[in-house]
Amino acid sequence: MSDIKYILGSFGDPDEMMHGIEKLQENNISIHDVYTPMPIHGIEAKLGVKRSRIDIAAFCFGITGTCAAFALIYFCAVIDWRVNIGGKPSFALPDFIPIMFELTVLFCAFGMVLTYYASTHLFPGRAPRVMDLRATDDRFVIAVDAKENAEHTVIDQLLKNAGALEVKYNERKYISYE
Amino acid sequence: MSGHNESILREPLITGDNITYAKITDDILGPVENKPNKAWWIGFTFASLGALLWVVAVSYTFWNGIGAWGLNKTVGWAWDITGFVWWVGIGHAGTLISAVLLLFRQNWRNSINRSAEAMTIFAVICAATYVVSHMGRPWLAYWVLPLPNQFGSLWVNFNSPLVWDMFAISTYFSVSLLFWYTGLLPDIATIRDRAVGTRRKIYSIFSFGWNGSVKTWQRFEAVSLILAGISTPLVLSVHTIVSMDFATSVIPGWHTTIFPPYFVAGAIFSGFAMVLTLLLVARKVLGLENYITMFHIESMNKIIILTGSIVGVAYLTEFFIAWYSGSEYEQYAFINRSTGPYWWAYWMMMTCNVISPQLLWFKKIRLSIRATWILSIVVNVGMWFERFVIIVTSLHRDYIPSSWAMFYPTWVDVSVFVGSIGLFFTLFLLFLRVLPSIAIAEVKLLLKSASEQAKMKQIKEGHENKEYVAEYIESLEKFDSVKQEDYAKI
Repeated sequence: MSDIKYILGSFGDPDEMMHGIEKLQENNISIHDVYTPMPIHGIEAKLGVKRSRIDIAAFCFGITGTCAAFALIYFCAVIDWRVNIGGKPSFALPDFIPIMFELTVLFCAFGMVLTYYASTHLFPGRAPRVMDLRATDDRFVIAVDAKENAEHTVIDQLLKNAGALEVKYNERKYISYE
Repeated sequence: MSGHNESILREPLITGDNITYAKITDDILGPVENKPNKAWWIGFTFASLGALLWVVAVSYTFWNGIGAWGLNKTVGWAWDITGFVWWVGIGHAGTLISAVLLLFRQNWRNSINRSAEAMTIFAVICAATYVVSHMGRPWLAYWVLPLPNQFGSLWVNFNSPLVWDMFAISTYFSVSLLFWYTGLLPDIATIRDRAVGTRRKIYSIFSFGWNGSVKTWQRFEAVSLILAGISTPLVLSVHTIVSMDFATSVIPGWHTTIFPPYFVAGAIFSGFAMVLTLLLVARKVLGLENYITMFHIESMNKIIILTGSIVGVAYLTEFFIAWYSGSEYEQYAFINRSTGPYWWAYWMMMTCNVISPQLLWFKKIRLSIRATWILSIVVNVGMWFERFVIIVTSLHRDYIPSSWAMFYPTWVDVSVFVGSIGLFFTLFLLFLRVLPSIAIAEVKLLLKSASEQAKMKQIKEGHENKEYVAEYIESLEKFDSVKQEDYAKI
């Protein structure tokens, strides 16, 4: 038993999996992570995952875009090279708004998505850290760290009673993709 | 999600019995994991021939300059800008479905957003190539960027809507691509985990190492919602700015404040028509009738009636305001549109865009796949004529009658346009082969609440109001993918 790193409870139904999480928590068994083929609403609260602060990042990037656009246009059209267009003022704020808006959206979208990729460690070519290949298809997988939680038979029983279709004992953390 | 049933009155979004999470994956990945069928090859052959024509025509334009087109000194913009606005407009439905309907929590978007967004990206590619090829000297296309004066020109004119448009279109394209690709990550991971060998390696690179953990999904949902929030004003701004390319000029027939809302409604109108043109065929050929149901088709038809009516009101308003303005140039522009040498184009536009969508008020037409498909093409023909009418009829008779002229397209004009349709379909058909045409993860979300089998279970449990159940069963009659006999005994 000593080589086992992770115990995986593989469920066929999201509600049963949520039930499994409750059962494990009632028995003070810590959950490493849960892998699902679709977002499960309400799971963050159950696992005590803090709310994402990506919206704050998005706002900061967006406002940076607004300022960058204004600075660029102001520099080009007002400071660096004023063009006399029928004697109209060079500092024509209403005309600046469309580009300020577009760059706000552009900076916000790219900044936020790149922050998301960086914080979740997503990038092209990254070796997938996958514990169970069916977790992206039709299985809802609860992963329990086998070293931290010694009572493997109890975990096995709890998962099966909650409705797990299969309990796996993985000797490697992730399935190799090599 | 547990212990909460959706109202029985809502029509199902997934039909068929014995649908499981595994079956959803199998059904949607069928075209990606298997060899293409004959229909695909026939479509692809024609589309790629069209794309080839496009390459030839655009290369010819680059080599010889835009003198290859039928433009003259009076009509300096014709099929090029017509094609550009037409394609950008078509692109708008994808963003509308993926962003606006997400904000409004319209769950029926879940099974059509992926292909609609793909359509957006391919349509904007077609539009962007028009912009580049109409420049005359496309190798200097970077001059539209704000570059320092040493590059040979002054700073770009930030008061010009053409510069705004450059920012709008490039932001729109790149943000749409980002939104689409981020949404694709979980589905690419699904393909990866089912594939073997080289296929797995390729999809593994493109899946960015997605693993579906709690934190990944939580951030994914936050990111999707914010992207939807910023894409909604973005999509409105893009066509608003496109319309300002015309509206801020002083050409009679262009210089109107009604243009932004009128163009945006027209864009959504033509975009939904194109979504229907593509999906009505795709659902049949790919066997996706259980996911893209008659409810989806009817909903899109309703949006077409709404936006088509807005466009109709805009046409009439424009005409009225031309008269009411008291400006003789404005009045002439409109009289000339409807009774001048281009009267046929004007009435083509009126028939296709104002009259034909009104047929969708009839339930029988709205629910007929064949009629819907034909109407979707009629709408796009009409929307092409709308742009042609706005652009060419306003230009061809300018302020000096001695320079009045007609526009005659050359073979290059026609080939660039027909070719761009080929390019669009080539890209779309390739997309159907390599990526899932329906957002797998998002459809799985609906299985336990909004599927026909979940509702069947609700009915069988017997806690539902009898009247509501009867109404629900009646609403199922329109579905071509529901076995009506299952409900006969209830």
